[in-house]
Amino acid sequence: MAYPTIYATIWACFFRNLPISTSSPNKQLAQFFALAFIAVAALMFVLHYAGSALSGGNQNAIAVDPANNSIAITLREEPPQLDSSRATDAISGMVLGHVMEGLVRMGLDDRLEGAVAQRWEVTPTHATFWLRNDAKWSDGKPVTAADFVFAWQTALKPETASQYAFLLFAIKNAEAINQGALDPKKLGVFAPDPYTLVVELARPVPFFAKMLVFPSFLPIREDFYNATQGRFGAEADQLLYNGPFVISRWVHGASMTFERNPHYWNQDEIHLDAIHVPYITSDATASLNFFKDAKIATTGLQAENLTEAMRLGWQIRQHRDGTVFFMEMNHRPEHPTSNLKLRQALQLVLDMDELVYKVTKLPGYEPGVSLFPGWLMGEAAPLRQEYPPTRITPDPAKGKMLLDQALQELGLSEPPTLVLLSGDNPIASVQAEWVQQTLKTQLGIEVKIDKQIFKQRLAKMTAGDFDLVLAGWGPDYNDPLTFGDLFASWNKNNRGQYNSAELDALVNKAQSNVDPAVRMAAFGDIQQHLIDNAVILPMYERGVTYVVDAKLKQLKRRVIGPDPDFSRAYIETGSD
Amino acid sequence: MLKYVAKRVLLGLVTIWFIASATFFGMHAVPGDPLAGDKATTAQIRANLAAKYGLDKPLATQYWIYLGNIAQGDFGISYTQENRKVNDIIREHFPVSATLGILAIVFAALGGILWGALTALYRNRWPDVVIMFLVILGISVPSFVVAAISQWSLVNLNQGVGATVLPIGGWGSIWHMLVPALVLGLSTMAYLTRLMRSSLLEVVNTDYVRTAKSKGLPATRIFSQHQLRNAILPVITVLGPAIAGITTGGFVVEIVFAIPGLGRYFVQAIQQLDYTVIMGTTVFYGAFLVFMVIAVDVIYGFIDPRVRVDQ
Repeated sequence: MAYPTIYATIWACFFRNLPISTSSPNKQLAQFFALAFIAVAALMFVLHYAGSALSGGNQNAIAVDPANNSIAITLREEPPQLDSSRATDAISGMVLGHVMEGLVRMGLDDRLEGAVAQRWEVTPTHATFWLRNDAKWSDGKPVTAADFVFAWQTALKPETASQYAFLLFAIKNAEAINQGALDPKKLGVFAPDPYTLVVELARPVPFFAKMLVFPSFLPIREDFYNATQGRFGAEADQLLYNGPFVISRWVHGASMTFERNPHYWNQDEIHLDAIHVPYITSDATASLNFFKDAKIATTGLQAENLTEAMRLGWQIRQHRDGTVFFMEMNHRPEHPTSNLKLRQALQLVLDMDELVYKVTKLPGYEPGVSLFPGWLMGEAAPLRQEYPPTRITPDPAKGKMLLDQALQELGLSEPPTLVLLSGDNPIASVQAEWVQQTLKTQLGIEVKIDKQIFKQRLAKMTAGDFDLVLAGWGPDYNDPLTFGDLFASWNKNNRGQYNSAELDALVNKAQSNVDPAVRMAAFGDIQQHLIDNAVILPMYERGVTYVVDAKLKQLKRRVIGPDPDFSRAYIETGSD
Repeated sequence: MLKYVAKRVLLGLVTIWFIASATFFGMHAVPGDPLAGDKATTAQIRANLAAKYGLDKPLATQYWIYLGNIAQGDFGISYTQENRKVNDIIREHFPVSATLGILAIVFAALGGILWGALTALYRNRWPDVVIMFLVILGISVPSFVVAAISQWSLVNLNQGVGATVLPIGGWGSIWHMLVPALVLGLSTMAYLTRLMRSSLLEVVNTDYVRTAKSKGLPATRIFSQHQLRNAILPVITVLGPAIAGITTGGFVVEIVFAIPGLGRYFVQAIQQLDYTVIMGTTVFYGAFLVFMVIAVDVIYGFIDPRVRVDQ
């Protein structure tokens, strides 16, 4: 039977009561085709308009568009939270960094520069900020000190339930307000006049100004916030902007458009008229395909795409994203890893150079030597140049010897089985298997890998249900303390419950001493303490490899603050 | 007929209640703290969050509150997107998944019936062998592979032509839907083809077909009126749940083609233990599935009068 006749018969058996089925086979066939064509066309017509009603309207945006002075990019996921008092994640931080501006910002040279604040002064008891009087909200009204007072009070209110409220605990009375014990109005932040902001500090915080880069410190205007009735930041029109761009359109999960903010004070530094986000996808391959199709201006590269990228002559760039990964050990007394010699044995056999260069082989990654990453600034130079960490040379023989001593101390006749808690992504799996393999062959230690999805892994880490765990830490502000206090006995992120009076004393010194030299020396000592006692084993610093459209200039990647930052980018036109 | 439908609907409501309860308790039994983030917070901050989401109350109380809210059609606020109501997430993203799904189902059903009929007609000859080989591929190759390959092909097509023949992703017009819909419907199409083939072969030797032949009816008429009409019933049966499955979203297809559908919320919510979104999407999906099954039962009654036996 011929191909078209089958459609005709299918048609006939469903609609045989229609008048068409009485005619001859050929006529029937023709009628079927006509009807099927009309039906499918109608369906597509309907879907076409149904689809466009749900779209962001910037689907025709191209990677770099000199005619409209705009670019297009993709986001990994929808920004979960554009209410700055509650935002915690990198994507929300990136979006807020383009549409909002705080007292200070990170400049293109990675130094702190004034934004809404023209200058500032931090003493052990107070921080004072003098605001520029030409900073405006996107409705044209001036940004004043009262907007910061309101924002910080809001972030601390128990009802706001901000996860990052603790960042503001450096301000007087902040912690009590977050507990609901004090009225938010009692917060130690005042606006003696519209352009002066005075902060009373709970304790000396020499790096207070650096912390203000974080979104929790962005201004919020009270009348606007109240008018949104709990929906602040939920939609494009539920936000008031004071940054270089405004969100002109936001279709959830689909697309966003940032347009230049005509009320922004620093117009000279802003070059683009619009940034389009026509796609939101977490798929790295899809993102690369969008780049190839000239639909977006930049994308990350996976190791397997490097060769192709080089062949195509793309501009390949690398960026260290600031996160340090390490193996945490469980220091609770009932775990064998609480034994110093056992930990040192592991330290001597796990060669992180081998892990990074021979096992994971991810471009831009660097073997870990310290809890403090290489980019972190000390007094005048990077901390690790001022205080170089001791390098551990792998020494399996010595490791074996230390293991034997450890077994004696633990009263064991053979090496214990260790439980290694790990994430479920492919990279974590490879690392876990490498640890398992290395410890088995070098020390004869059996490792049981406990692979868990994110939340379950967190729950097990918090409960102390592990011997070893692969963990990472990204910085919140550009001061070594963002890493330095991690293993203090009171820190909730110290999931192995390392408890050392010596380390605690060092952390205390680094936290509140006002002399930068003393503080940095303390961080140097913390670094050495962690290595000497094998508290953790630093594994690597994460890197990002990415490509950028050749016409797009001044795209800024950074560790602290919005990343990537397109706000100062421009399109190169003409001469070349 | 009315009694038949009423009974079905009542049973459906009980099923939805069961789905809601099982999800609620199953979700709470999964280890992990939905309020935990990358970085540990103080006990006070966690308490503030718990109070906001009502997680500080005993489980039984939470269950009753939650059942009450569902009865009023309120699924609460997302944990990960703290400003969005789950109702809004479903309302904004389900239409996208449904639009794409309708097209996918049309492709799958038309293709499945056509290919299935072809294989049955040319049984054990080359069209049958070729199609069945493709069917096995369609069923066994996972959708992320098909999606990635088809997107890669589109990129090369566009580069080859030097213009955008078809967009490689995003959402907005029928052109954005064609390829994702094909990918999304592919495994259903393959499954329907196989089902269509086997049920056609089953009826080919039945008495009524033999009778029709002996009456001297033309082959086309036997095929359309006697074989196809009977063979198509199992296909209709699986089409109902397949519609529910496809229109609530294909996670992989949505991620690869950057389509703002409901599927990704459904999957990501589970990974992130976003309680309210898990509950909202599961109950919605469950209710939709139940509705589709009822719809199929009713349609069955029209196509095959024998099904309405309990009257």
